[in-house]
Amino acid sequence: MNQWKNFSKGLLKENAVFVLILGMCPTLGVTTSATNGLGMGLATTFVLIMSNLVVSLVKNLIPDKVRIPAFIVIIAAFVTVVELVMKGYVPALFDALGLFIPLIVVNCVVLGRAEAFASKNTVWSSIVDGAGMGIGFTMALTILGAVRELLGSGAFFGMKLISGDGLLLFILPPGAFLALGYLIVLANMIKEKTS
Amino acid sequence: MSKTESTFINMTATLVVVTLVAAGLLGSVFALTKEPIRLAELKKKNKAIQIVVPGFDNEPSQEVKSMFVDGDSIYLYTARKGEAVLGTAVETFTNKGFSGEFKLMVGFAPDGTIIDIAVIKHSETPGLGNKMEKGKSDFSVQFMGKHPDSFKLAVKKDRGDVDAITASTITSRAYCDAVTRAYEAFMESQKEN
Repeated sequence: MNQWKNFSKGLLKENAVFVLILGMCPTLGVTTSATNGLGMGLATTFVLIMSNLVVSLVKNLIPDKVRIPAFIVIIAAFVTVVELVMKGYVPALFDALGLFIPLIVVNCVVLGRAEAFASKNTVWSSIVDGAGMGIGFTMALTILGAVRELLGSGAFFGMKLISGDGLLLFILPPGAFLALGYLIVLANMIKEKTS
Repeated sequence: MSKTESTFINMTATLVVVTLVAAGLLGSVFALTKEPIRLAELKKKNKAIQIVVPGFDNEPSQEVKSMFVDGDSIYLYTARKGEAVLGTAVETFTNKGFSGEFKLMVGFAPDGTIIDIAVIKHSETPGLGNKMEKGKSDFSVQFMGKHPDSFKLAVKKDRGDVDAITASTITSRAYCDAVTRAYEAFMESQKEN
């Protein structure tokens, strides 16, 4: 399999957020700032790569009927690792993301890739797939976070660019849907042009 | 390598092995991160104490008293410079916030005057309720140097003396609730001495 194709499909063609519309809970929940989006994306990327790696390694050892519980245990273990490490070494980011870190377990992107890709492909392809999907997810969350932060509080990665309060709506949950909607339009336009 | 059959024994064995390995991994990561997590939390607490009762030279997080009020614990940290007591930092809470619980650190001078207040942990709405954080608005400034006996800890809508945050009356009320609870705990601890 062409590994570059395998990697790049996660960036735009099959982007988890903009095209597959998967993992909406963290996408809409944490993207109040670009930093939060980036942090959440990187945490998810780590879990995706590790769970894809492990699942593709053990795919033949796990009987079909119990594969979902086995995959979930593997994913949950890595999520907890991320949670503990983040709590110890980047407490500020942990405070901002809080509840959404344990929720990576139920992010359908992670289980979706384990089930649809890693359980059928080789170890190397699975790692590349996880990295591509994860980086695409990170990119989408960072862009969404940056748009919401810029419109909502007039800042970019915490640096204040415009004084004043900004459009509060974009920080609140409805703004997440609005911003995401327009970004999906944009992503579709780019996709049509490139294909 | 052929696929493992879905027999009862195979399935049970697989799940046992998978969960055992996961538990082992988590146990070792927990042991590794235990100390950094404790230090990070201690640092955060010390920073909050530093803000609300500045200038101490002891370890207030070592001189702690806890009090059980309204179903949760309040912690009182005594800050000293040399022998003199500079004040008490009270870690207080409220359950009445717009998004549930939040925690404040309130610094009291020995006579009960509020020195300063810092937010430790909250999940209030960004842009509205989170203006109670220091630096986000002047809301917390109005408490500085006030004594709760003469400064009524309630928003003006409830005939108190506190200017509420615009469009965040619930947060402001909860803030007053937390500060009042801290003051009561502080007075209680002064009586014991």
